[in-house]
Amino acid sequence: MILEIIGISVLWLFLFGYVIVASIDFGAGFFNAYSLFRGKQHVLTRIIQRYLSPVWEVTNVFLVFFFVGIVGFFPKTAYYYGTVLLVPASIAVILLAIRGSYYAFTTYGGLKQKKWTYLYGLSGLFIPASLSIVLTISEGGFVAESAPGLELNYWSLFTSPLTWSIVVLSIAAVLYISAVFLTWYAHKAQDEPATELLRKYALIWSLPAIITATGIIVELRGHNPEHFSRLMDLWWLFGISFILFAGTVYLIWKRKAYGFAFGLLTGQFLVAFFAYGVSHYPFLLYPYLTIYDSFTNEAMAAALIIAFIAGLGLLLPSLYLLLRLFLFNKDYVQGKRDDHAKEE
Amino acid sequence: MGNEESVFFSRVLTELTLSFHIIYATVGVGIPLMIMIAQWVGIKKQDEHYILLARRWTRGFVITVAVGVVTGTAIGLQLSLLWPNFMELAGNVIALPLFMETFAFFFEAIFLGIYLYTWDRFENQKKHMLLLIPVAIGASFSAIFITIVNAFMNAPQGFDIVNGQLVNINPVLAMFTPAMPTKVAHVLSTAYMTSAFVLASIGAYRLLKGSNHVYHKKALFLTMKIGLIFSIATAVIGDFSGKYLAEYQPEKLAAAEWHFETEKGAPLMLYGLLDDGEVKYAIKIPFALSILAHSNPNAEVIGLDQFPENEIPPLYIHYLFDLMVTIGMWMTALSLIYVVGTWLKMRFVASKWYRWLIVLGGPLSIIAIEAGWWFAEVGRQPWILRGIMRTDEAATISGQVDLMLLLFAGLYLVLAVGSIIVLTRMFRKNPVEQELSDRELEKEGDLR
Repeated sequence: MILEIIGISVLWLFLFGYVIVASIDFGAGFFNAYSLFRGKQHVLTRIIQRYLSPVWEVTNVFLVFFFVGIVGFFPKTAYYYGTVLLVPASIAVILLAIRGSYYAFTTYGGLKQKKWTYLYGLSGLFIPASLSIVLTISEGGFVAESAPGLELNYWSLFTSPLTWSIVVLSIAAVLYISAVFLTWYAHKAQDEPATELLRKYALIWSLPAIITATGIIVELRGHNPEHFSRLMDLWWLFGISFILFAGTVYLIWKRKAYGFAFGLLTGQFLVAFFAYGVSHYPFLLYPYLTIYDSFTNEAMAAALIIAFIAGLGLLLPSLYLLLRLFLFNKDYVQGKRDDHAKEE
Repeated sequence: MGNEESVFFSRVLTELTLSFHIIYATVGVGIPLMIMIAQWVGIKKQDEHYILLARRWTRGFVITVAVGVVTGTAIGLQLSLLWPNFMELAGNVIALPLFMETFAFFFEAIFLGIYLYTWDRFENQKKHMLLLIPVAIGASFSAIFITIVNAFMNAPQGFDIVNGQLVNINPVLAMFTPAMPTKVAHVLSTAYMTSAFVLASIGAYRLLKGSNHVYHKKALFLTMKIGLIFSIATAVIGDFSGKYLAEYQPEKLAAAEWHFETEKGAPLMLYGLLDDGEVKYAIKIPFALSILAHSNPNAEVIGLDQFPENEIPPLYIHYLFDLMVTIGMWMTALSLIYVVGTWLKMRFVASKWYRWLIVLGGPLSIIAIEAGWWFAEVGRQPWILRGIMRTDEAATISGQVDLMLLLFAGLYLVLAVGSIIVLTRMFRKNPVEQELSDRELEKEGDLR
């Protein structure tokens, strides 16, 4: 029993990691496109490129890690989610593929055109939307189990207000997380105009992010009362999350301690993300699949956890090195050094 | 759409994704090693040209890596989306190497980012080269782990099935299947070989198209030498693979060789055509198949007569097998003659026609990689897990696979066109002569 909990917690943590790094990435692409549209690209592009270039590949790995891990720890998810997610997951993969390779093509290959920047910015918002469908489906009510197998009811999925609320939340959260992080980054780079612009975006997007998050809890009351009541049992966690949110907004508003503000934001999402995850327990796909009946055999679970610990022993120092060299390197952040192999 | 169509389209989509992915994945595994060797030679010989070689390869490599990563993500998800029943069963036994593959990939991604953005940060080039070791190791290890998964599909072990339930699961035993050593070794050596020949083909092309710079000559000689070493390794491993097949997957070997009757002193069929179950125009080498299978001219080789009709793979894999082996032999000879010819200062290896042959070698090696994988995969039909699960039991029942096939085909077209345009532009706009003189100017500026 304890192994199941460790397994899902580890995976949930990686999914959280993906949510944060991918949000920064997707949001940055959108702000970049938006600033080009408003004729202010010179303000943001350099900041955004400097941050994204060394880490774009790492972002992708978090997602791969999550979906390989969940099939490893919970093989039955391959059957349940694999069958119903063919269309939404394929669309997300195609968007991710175009976006990722386009990034490399423009950054290293010098393929620069306005229309691509717009497409890039928009695709970054469609990806969280198409991925967040998984969260909606996991709430139950959209999948029917019949004689030939599982079937996803697209009509009820696309007409459900819950679907659209989760889509809006994912987009708002992406833009909010990204803006707060980039405000901090631009401030570190001593780039005042970029800081001011991003600060404004952060404040603008904080409101829809918190409103939709609250709205979804209310909607679950009608959609999945059982889940709603477990969410209510954890009300204090959501309370903490809200206080952290207020702290971030306050600091950004007062132009103080941007780094700490980003820390509070991470805390806000971490608490809310885990509270949501815990309230979902023990279901992976309501009401068909729990973490107990889908868990892998003991031998595999033990092997995976050993591999996981060994892997982390390798990864954490490497990630630390990456952050030291770029994110926390003053000269690099301020654009005093680039050191890369491409030509200007 | 019925189940049969879902199975068909799932197979086509998986084949399309993998065929596209392996082009980028193969060079993704091989090129870091080539960059490492070039940079090491550059440091050793204190030769600026080799360092520049490493630098320019790296720049192109980033583009191929990007496409490799995104198509790899696609196949990773497609495994569960298109083959949910297979993944549900296999996930219990083979999740460990899949999981480890993502670690290797993670490791590579981190250090590739660092490597790319620290070209001029360290005074000492050796320090920078150290960063390349984890990139090369990560790349090769992801190939190793993912090939282990594929080896498991060919020779599943590490579990028992009792009343339809999986019991006694041993994840480590499942990784070290009999198919694993030859498969892993073959995948690695052909990846290095192919990458070397692809880079050689670029060097030869530049020499043919005007530039006669010594830089390209050094690049060509280095890559042909590496290519030769790995093509010899590939041939040796290929022989072991034949012995593995004879022992553990005789139906694959028999189908590849059109070996219908079990017999002693079996001959090897080269080329030929199959017409209504009759082999025509083939070159028959007596005893060669027995030698390939068991190192003994009189050994008995199991033929297709030993298998029920519905467990025999399609017989067209013979053509794929021949294509792969022929190209392998051809490239070994081409690189051997080039290397020896250069040592002996023979003229013809620098002639136009010989260089054109080298240019052709890059695409040919890629074709051999494709043919080899098609042979390996189709040769496993009708099984997805040999002896345990048939392919038609594993596929999704979703009715939208045909639509997804169209979408992904469009994606791969865009990626192929995009990467080719970007790669050619990158090097057209900035030829090596230009870059060398720019670097010269930069240095003078530093001295002043």
